[in-house]
Amino acid sequence: MKAFDRVNPVAKLAAALAVGLCLVLTIDWVSAAVALTLELVAFAALRVPFRIVWTRTAVVWIAAPLTAVTIALYGQPSGQVYFEFSLVHVTDGSLTLALATGLRVLAIGLPAVVLFIGIDPTELADGLAQRVRLPERFVLGALAGFRLVGLFGDDWRSVAVARRARGVADNGSIGRLFGQGFALLVLAIRRGSTLATAMEARGFGSSTPRTWARSSPWGGREWLVAASGIAVGAAAIAASVAAGTWNFIVG
Amino acid sequence: MSNHHPGAPASVTVAGWGWRHAGRIAWAVRELDLRIEPGERVLLLGESGAGKSTLLSALAGVLGADSGESEGSLLVDGASPLPGRAGLVLQDPDSQVILARVGDDVAFGCENLGVPRDEIWVRVRESLSAVGLDVGLDRATSALSGGQKQRLVIAGALAMRTGLLLLDEPTANLDATGVTDVTDAVARALAATGATLVVVEHRVSVWRELVDRVIVLGATGVIADGTPARVLSGSGAQLAARGVWVSEHPTTPPRRRMVAATQPLEQAMGLGIGRGAVPIGRELELTVESGRCLAVTGANGSGKTTLALTLAGLLPPISGRLEALPPLAGRIGPSPIRWRSRQLLTRIGTVFQNPEHQFLSSSVRAELEVGPRALRLTPAETTARVDELLTRLRLDSLAAANPFTLSGGEKRRLSVATALATRPRVLVLDEPTFGQDSRTWSELVGLLAELLDDGSAIVAATHDQDFVHALADETLALS
Repeated sequence: MKAFDRVNPVAKLAAALAVGLCLVLTIDWVSAAVALTLELVAFAALRVPFRIVWTRTAVVWIAAPLTAVTIALYGQPSGQVYFEFSLVHVTDGSLTLALATGLRVLAIGLPAVVLFIGIDPTELADGLAQRVRLPERFVLGALAGFRLVGLFGDDWRSVAVARRARGVADNGSIGRLFGQGFALLVLAIRRGSTLATAMEARGFGSSTPRTWARSSPWGGREWLVAASGIAVGAAAIAASVAAGTWNFIVG
Repeated sequence: MSNHHPGAPASVTVAGWGWRHAGRIAWAVRELDLRIEPGERVLLLGESGAGKSTLLSALAGVLGADSGESEGSLLVDGASPLPGRAGLVLQDPDSQVILARVGDDVAFGCENLGVPRDEIWVRVRESLSAVGLDVGLDRATSALSGGQKQRLVIAGALAMRTGLLLLDEPTANLDATGVTDVTDAVARALAATGATLVVVEHRVSVWRELVDRVIVLGATGVIADGTPARVLSGSGAQLAARGVWVSEHPTTPPRRRMVAATQPLEQAMGLGIGRGAVPIGRELELTVESGRCLAVTGANGSGKTTLALTLAGLLPPISGRLEALPPLAGRIGPSPIRWRSRQLLTRIGTVFQNPEHQFLSSSVRAELEVGPRALRLTPAETTARVDELLTRLRLDSLAAANPFTLSGGEKRRLSVATALATRPRVLVLDEPTFGQDSRTWSELVGLLAELLDDGSAIVAATHDQDFVHALADETLALS
């Protein structure tokens, strides 16, 4: 896990994207099952602690069965009918689709979450600007703005207290949330504009070509991680084509 | 013609310069003529609203051409100022820190200037040591104190090898330790670089030992200019009248009438305070009485604000009892935190440390009408109260202005006025005098003294000793 932590975040992002992209091309249970199996093997090989996988990905484990149940009840009916009530049709077709979708949510969600455990926003920004060559103004602006989000919690509490003191906190909860949200927005914009001035005063956005204090290393390790993502996706597609379950979504 | 060498002390030449913010009728600065030689250390004084901050922004090159119009010329080292040449340090430490780690934040300016990587880290280490901030390069910037954050910003400017350091009330939000940390850092930085310094500050004593020239801005350009000794002795009285804190001309505390009979309004018994479940203070015993001022003092983090907001009915007590007595509560029950927001208005008014947190409207007049409206006063009564407050707090010429565009002193006066508009019996203030010029200070203290004479109760969380001496009948020191 230690060595994996040091891998350039862009490589991790690429791997997660590759798996996701391959798996949204088709909806069938074979591709999802193959991808999921390979991913679990990879996590084990990287010694990602099981506890971390479990706690961080809890949302995915909840979302997957919920999605599957919904599809089973309302998915496109075909084949033998097991149960029918109003709009609900549980059929061979909807059950297969449910299995495919549930596995798919896991196969796309797990690597996305696990790969992003411990990613440092600054390193990700460095990588996106230096390696992917995304516009640096955009990347660094987002990075600096992201830091202000951490102040939102305190600001939200201050705004709530201040509105109570001003005599305007008695409205219904929706009106209050709206008013408070607006006040928070105003504060955020104020802070944002001071931050923008501070950044500009330090020469941000000038025409001088920028240098980077931190390198964004890219070597064999990064290629390996990105390639693994692509390999998992490709293996999933190959297996599903071989098994004859491949169904291309678009078209 | 530009003779700018990075790192060399910069000169400033201002001729017939003026600036008007977009959407304003009045000029923020006009007809300004000024020459500052390389290496000079200038304290820039002037009353609230004289355009000091506007001038600093212009020198830093961050007054956008689309945010207003200018006239005349303003040159740094003979050229129009470009952003990234001068180092600018503003008041609010929280919104000037850019990146998550100390080293990265200092490096940010160098990166933008295109400094090679190896050179950047040499400069980062030098600058951090020049401001005496020896925390690791990987230290989270969010974990720094206010004074440390301001030193971090100064280090960022030094790393850019700036020849011109512009400080806009950098110590206004800091406690005494933070102020000393920052002035020491600036002194060391100037000793190392010889950079030109322009600092805006109301409290002359903070920078007096460090500067060699004082310039006073008035409504019509420069009204005094010279060595600190000459300016402060020559026009010290005049400066004091304009809101500058000059130690030879201390503010006179207001005369208080003895209130014949005081009446207890709120009582705390074994009160525990805190945010969430974590106690900051416990077993507090105090009484808030009409006609008396209770000052709550203590270092940053001692719970002054938490206690003030708890007494104001805005935070729940976490243990013990806080009881509003019948003269204050009337028939609505003794627990202020259970009162409706509207019921607080006539009982306990609160003035927050940061006025911006309590602004809700787009004009000064509308802001003052919020409370009376919530109380459903008649339009005639509302107008009468608002007009009276506008005049009394010198805000009448700003009635149509957006509260967020006011100067620091004006914002403070407005935030006090909004609380007074509903005539609460208890007024709770959190650091009411933070960063205020001496004129606003005197007006505020005078106004509070009148309220006390008229039988209001005042609770103030503050670490301003002058304020405590001037008003407090009782002091509660938190540790």
